Amino acid sequence: MQTISLEQSVAMIPDGASLMIGGFMAIGTPERIIDEMVRQNKRDLTVIANDTASPGCGIGKLVAAKRVRKAIVSHIGLNPETQRQMLAGELEVELVPQGTLIERIRAGGFGLGGVLTPTGVGTEVEKGKQRIKVDGKDYLLEIALRADFALVQAFLADYVGNLSYALTARNFNPIIAMAADTVLANADNIVPVGVISPDHVVTPAPIVDYLVLN
Amino acid sequence: MEPQVVIARRIAQELANGMLVNLGIGIPTLVANYLPEGVQVFFQSENGLIGTGAPPEEGMAHPTLTDAGGRPVTALPGASTFDSAMSFGLIRGGHVDVTVLGGLQVDQEGRLANWMIPGKMVPGMGGAMDLVTGAKRVIVAMQHANKGAPKIVAKCRLPITSVRPVDLVVTEMAVIEFRGGEASLLETGPGISVAEVVAATEAKLSIPSRVPEMKV
Repeated sequence: MQTISLEQSVAMIPDGASLMIGGFMAIGTPERIIDEMVRQNKRDLTVIANDTASPGCGIGKLVAAKRVRKAIVSHIGLNPETQRQMLAGELEVELVPQGTLIERIRAGGFGLGGVLTPTGVGTEVEKGKQRIKVDGKDYLLEIALRADFALVQAFLADYVGNLSYALTARNFNPIIAMAADTVLANADNIVPVGVISPDHVVTPAPIVDYLVLN
Repeated sequence: MEPQVVIARRIAQELANGMLVNLGIGIPTLVANYLPEGVQVFFQSENGLIGTGAPPEEGMAHPTLTDAGGRPVTALPGASTFDSAMSFGLIRGGHVDVTVLGGLQVDQEGRLANWMIPGKMVPGMGGAMDLVTGAKRVIVAMQHANKGAPKIVAKCRLPITSVRPVDLVVTEMAVIEFRGGEASLLETGPGISVAEVVAATEAKLSIPSRVPEMKV
């Protein structure tokens, strides 16, 4: 793990990169990394996240600044701008059931090619997918997802990069941390080693590549 | 009584001590306000919380304690938090006893459509498809008709949420159970006759000789 300034961390992200971003309606999203991405004019991004938040919050800022080329998300209902760009053909949106989305990311990080889920069988979600019967029950094969970068928001990070999360700000964060080539972590508090007890570490230090300095 | 209140009060009677319950947005959220005396359940928010409590008092909101709509909530004693994989493992894995969801249409066989209106409203399915597919019992809370058009239809014209049929639909006019591909009228709403329910319903209803009025 290396520590890095906010500016340098975002400078590593090239235009056109795929990003997994933590957060659920922007709760648990690394807001300052998003702001810096807007400032550094990063564009043509593919965003994999639960949702696109609402205008002016979290991923909604990237959408508003038209920096997102493709979004793989479960919900855009609270961001009218995402819907507008989608209907205008400016932004490609792949809608994925939330439980399927997180499992596809988990599969990507856990060395699996995909997962079999009953969710979506017989619905529009099945289009173009393989249906597989196991013990007489139908499942869809949902393939793994990975990304170039994971942007993780933690509550505590220690000096070696162990992370723990707060309440409902955990959501996608520990799962995306496993599924990207480069993991950038931002934390509300950076604390000495030992403050997070081993039992309370959720994301182990070797998973984190860069910790953004506060 | 407001239609939403009739619906929420009636559904609250379906909940029993110790159940793990997931409430969708809209009318389903109101169910939490009408739990019968002495009944305690665990409410799950799919963003990663079991033990969701009422909204906090003014000034007591915590920025990282929110429900699935991103609104501030409280956590009751005994609450737990977890990541989204765990949250949907609970949902898809059959650990959620009851989910209460809103609906756009429910058909004869109990298939629910509640996630999009093609060309008009494409919010995304969020957790709805997983909830309908995986919860032990699925209850739909919705108004009986939309501007006069029946919402309980012969066949869904909107894209369905899951092939798994829902168990119960509660409207301000009726309680309808879906079992074995059949829709049965269990109760009528306050002051509503069986004939009025039938007139407002497109799906074919199986009607027992005696249909009690719901007690709300």
